[in-house]
Amino acid sequence: MRFKWWHGALILALLLAILSPLASSSPDGLERVAEDKGFISTALEPFFEVVPDYLIPGVTNEAVATILAGIVGTLILFGIGYGLAKLLSAKGEA
Amino acid sequence: MHIPDGFISTPVVAAGIAVAAGSVAYAVKATNKKMGEKQIPLMGVLAAFIFAAQMLNFPVAGGTSGHLIGAALAAILLGPWSGVLVMTCVLIMQSLVFQDGGLLALGVNIFNMGIVPCFLGYYLYRGIALPFRKRKLGIMVSGGLAAWFTVVIASVACAVELAISGTVPLQIALPAMVGVHALIGIGEGLITAAVLALVLATRADLLELQKA
Repeated sequence: MRFKWWHGALILALLLAILSPLASSSPDGLERVAEDKGFISTALEPFFEVVPDYLIPGVTNEAVATILAGIVGTLILFGIGYGLAKLLSAKGEA
Repeated sequence: MHIPDGFISTPVVAAGIAVAAGSVAYAVKATNKKMGEKQIPLMGVLAAFIFAAQMLNFPVAGGTSGHLIGAALAAILLGPWSGVLVMTCVLIMQSLVFQDGGLLALGVNIFNMGIVPCFLGYYLYRGIALPFRKRKLGIMVSGGLAAWFTVVIASVACAVELAISGTVPLQIALPAMVGVHALIGIGEGLITAAVLALVLATRADLLELQKA
């Protein structure tokens, strides 16, 4: 299989996932406003948890757990985006 | 800007689900049988890239962080309806699997981070880029500016939803949300411009897909 442009793009996305432990852990814009303006406590706990906080459960090393969550999520989303586009393409499922 | 459950009231939740479901259904209809060969891998890598980039919170002033939304980028490269589909895939996965953004709030989050920024970003980009046709710098600047606006307007939408829900008064929510997202939007603008530069340098033809 020849190297195509989108192979490079997917590798770039996976590299970003590998860098994810470097992300700032400060609250995001909405969380910051919710804390400052006193409504953060109105947030409900999730109804169920699968991979909460982008940490694969059972992996003790937090950086590794984050990277794995990032890689898994990135690959799943590639598959979903590609698959959906294929379904919607002119030829349909091919 | 992923809204968790609890921040927004039942009517806002219901309105969000209705608008998101209707828009996504129309997006499927609008793009069905129109997706070109090149757009298939493009949609895949955009979903993957936006998910990964959204994990990378960057610091902004005062112990706050922000991350890319990516809707403007997706809409510039794929068109607004396909952009909405990409953002919907990312947001559903984040809510269902990663508990980022509430399950009930999913419709509102698709509205704020999918529908609004995809359409706004796409048409702003087209409008600003018009005089700079085919000029690299013009495309980058137009995309970056459009992307900045999408984050600010998404934060306005979020503030209005919080206010309608009775969570926080609009005169408090609006300046706070717009203030911090005007900064976060700079990151969005820079990343969008950088990706467009990369596309222009490697596969400029991908920017030509959106002419219809």
